[in-house]
Amino acid sequence: VEWSGECLRSCRREVQIKVEEKEDETEESSSEEEEEVEDKLPRRESLRPKRKRTRDVINEDDPEPEPEDEETRKAREKERRRRLKRGAEAKKFVSENEGALGKGKGKRWFAFKMMMAKKWAKFLRDFENFKAACVPWENKIKAIESQFGSSVASYFLFLRWMYGVNMVLFILTFSLIMLPEYLWGLPYGSLPRKTVPRAEEASAANFGVLYDFNGLAQYSVLFYGYYDNKRTIGWMNFRLPLSYFLVGIMCIGYSFLVVLKAMTKNIGDDGGGDDNTFNFSWKVFTSWDYLIGNPETADNKFNSITMNFKEAITEEKAAQVEENVHLIRFLRFLANFFVFLTLGGSGYLIFWAVKRSQEFAQQDPDTLGWWEKNEMNMVMSLLGMFCPTLFDLFAELEDYHPLIALKWLLGRIFALLLGNLYVFILALMDEINNKIEEEKLVKANITLWEANMIKAYNASFSENSTGPPFFVHPADVPRGPCWETMVGQEFVRLTVSDVLTTYVTILIGDFLRACFVRFCNYCWCWDLEYGYPSYTEFDISGNVLALIFNQGMIWMGSFFAPSLPGINILRLHTSMYFQCWAVMCCNVPEARVFKASRSNNFYLGMLLLILFLSTMPVLYMIVSLPPSFDCGPFSGKNRMFEVIGETLEHDFPSWMAKILRQLSNPGLVIAVILVMVLAIYYLNATAKGQKAANLDLKKKMKMLQLLVASNKYPESPEKVHFALLFKSNAICERPENKHC
Amino acid sequence: GQQANSLHTRAAGSVSGLHIFHKEGDHEDLAPQLVPLDYTTCPDVKVPYELIGSMPELKDNPFRQRIAQVFSEDGDGHMTLDNFLDMFSVMSEMAPRDLKAYYAFKIYDFNNDDYICAWDLEQTVTKLTRGELSAEEVSLVCEKVLDEADGDHDGRLSLEDFQNMILRAPDFLSTFHIRI
Repeated sequence: VEWSGECLRSCRREVQIKVEEKEDETEESSSEEEEEVEDKLPRRESLRPKRKRTRDVINEDDPEPEPEDEETRKAREKERRRRLKRGAEAKKFVSENEGALGKGKGKRWFAFKMMMAKKWAKFLRDFENFKAACVPWENKIKAIESQFGSSVASYFLFLRWMYGVNMVLFILTFSLIMLPEYLWGLPYGSLPRKTVPRAEEASAANFGVLYDFNGLAQYSVLFYGYYDNKRTIGWMNFRLPLSYFLVGIMCIGYSFLVVLKAMTKNIGDDGGGDDNTFNFSWKVFTSWDYLIGNPETADNKFNSITMNFKEAITEEKAAQVEENVHLIRFLRFLANFFVFLTLGGSGYLIFWAVKRSQEFAQQDPDTLGWWEKNEMNMVMSLLGMFCPTLFDLFAELEDYHPLIALKWLLGRIFALLLGNLYVFILALMDEINNKIEEEKLVKANITLWEANMIKAYNASFSENSTGPPFFVHPADVPRGPCWETMVGQEFVRLTVSDVLTTYVTILIGDFLRACFVRFCNYCWCWDLEYGYPSYTEFDISGNVLALIFNQGMIWMGSFFAPSLPGINILRLHTSMYFQCWAVMCCNVPEARVFKASRSNNFYLGMLLLILFLSTMPVLYMIVSLPPSFDCGPFSGKNRMFEVIGETLEHDFPSWMAKILRQLSNPGLVIAVILVMVLAIYYLNATAKGQKAANLDLKKKMKMLQLLVASNKYPESPEKVHFALLFKSNAICERPENKHC
Repeated sequence: GQQANSLHTRAAGSVSGLHIFHKEGDHEDLAPQLVPLDYTTCPDVKVPYELIGSMPELKDNPFRQRIAQVFSEDGDGHMTLDNFLDMFSVMSEMAPRDLKAYYAFKIYDFNNDDYICAWDLEQTVTKLTRGELSAEEVSLVCEKVLDEADGDHDGRLSLEDFQNMILRAPDFLSTFHIRI
């Protein structure tokens, strides 16, 4: 297509389109004019000389064709056919693309398409803007980043990510378990499991009782025991027990997926670096944090960078100093021994506290003070607060490099919290077994009670039924001990007390201390701000570990207390605001900035471990413990997972049930497991192979650099890289790739 | 030049529209008397370096002068709106690694000779420590850096050496980042 444009002195423009065949005389032309309408100037057409069509021109000017013989005639025929074909193609092309040129019949459709495409692009951009604006707390995090640097801000980014995960868990449990039961289940007071027992009725609405999640709070959708075991509820035939079970499993599955996804996303960022090859280079080029926007923080950063350099230099100079190896080894052994003692001591303390709390549960609640009631939670929280300081103290003996010392500290705190968690679970399992034993007694009692009731019923029937009809109020029915609700309550109480401990610690430890340092500094002997106690630094690892372990509690308890994700959402929301305020108001940036630099994946790895360890007890309980006989959606079944079998029988066609039964054939299961193992092995081998290929390419790049430097090519580096890379490859030897 | 252009088109989508709008507003706020409200006629307005250097995001940065020089049209630190947007686009979270590495190289190359030589390194280290290291310590650090990162052994870091070293650094993306 050849454009030829003529511009006149006036503002009218004329566009001519000529479709021209290069060798040919045939010409397809459609020329149109597009004019800016100027009222004053006359229309062009009348002034334009009549343009002759080239076909006609040629016909006029050509000499008479010579007489032809057979061959030339055939050639001309072929020529003519070719011309016609090309002419037809050209016509088709023009008619298809006319619209793009603003001409012809396609014009409106093309214009419409363009407009829609632009509108769509604008809509997408606006949507992206909207999504970016919806990300919560961005300004807060930016303020913290500029004042404290990226490592403190990483805690808040982690908190925000956890908030997102918990939001999904909350939506699942709320919409699929709590809401259906609330809307379509039987209301409070209609069944024994949904009513506060007569004995507790008087105190059911007291604040103290509610705070302990007993009384009215216990007999509500917040806990497992409230749910009825009817197969379907409501007009939609919503299968509540099935939904309860599946949502529990789905929460666990979703958590695994999301944590793994976050971890794999971070793996690519590492670049497979070795820690010590570029020690000084990285110190020079990546130690300044460009996010800093505050002069005090900048000061701190300069100081820490200087110290960092000085330490690295002294390390470099004093590489071979042989200190007293035996003394160091002995001190380290001693430190580890003390740490072990501490861990053992804390484990024993928790066990003792749980036993005591069981004794207290037997006693009359009114005789117990506040401490006795909350003893166990307090003990756990206090241990979590003080033991890390002890570990810090013991680490003085060890004399490690600060980064290594930090890793040891994190590992020890992790072991402490893990140990506490598992002792707690063991004590809980103890209590569960007790309750299951108790259940048998209660069952025996109930049969007696029922016999009495039947007698009374018959007696009332035999009289002339003038009295009120025989009716047993649900509150009067004797109850079994509902171990699932008890487990849920324990976790909820633990979470709540944890929250309170954290907030109180921040208020007292950070805020009051800051106030004290700030205001009493005027009338104190030494400078409080520089000496002891000064302002607190924000303890990143402590806070992150606390967050991780709390999340572990949530994962463990949410099967037995569907309200737990909701409570956690509230907690994370308030934590965000409260801790942001506390950090900006009372904390100072860390004087020595040590980042366990791959710490992002380190924390996610711990989270994954905790997820795994906290879902194990839940799965164990689901699979091997019998559910309570009179509370919860699985009451009456032998095991909780039987709800799946029941659904398969009732709701699916029989052939499907048969197929699924065949699938659970042990032979098939073993075969599937074998295939999965083989797949794992294969993927592992592939990954290793790719890593090796990667390293190989890196080596080649290095060689190329040397080559380039030694040859001193004047051209741009990429061209040379490309050329040399292919030159060294066998591919280039093939004839078709000569252009390499 | 060529490399930068191709990387630039990749980075064009890095800054979301919202941020551009916010930053355009910022550009105005820096110098309301200089910056016109309407950019449709593409006026040639430059914000002087002094104003850029006093922005809250940059005022505490020891490399702010180099940053402004690298992103400005004539290398003198005075920036037009395009330069301004380019700067924040490269420093944003979404910019690709190699783009950041390219610009980091230019920032640390104080004498603009396309190599980071020992003198450039000395300048960098001095700025980082605010002159608190002794001359001997500074030269030891520079020596160590050249030891570690100089792949072609010519006594200075070329772009390839620098990229090879910086792309493996775990902290690079998180520190070479300005949030807007």
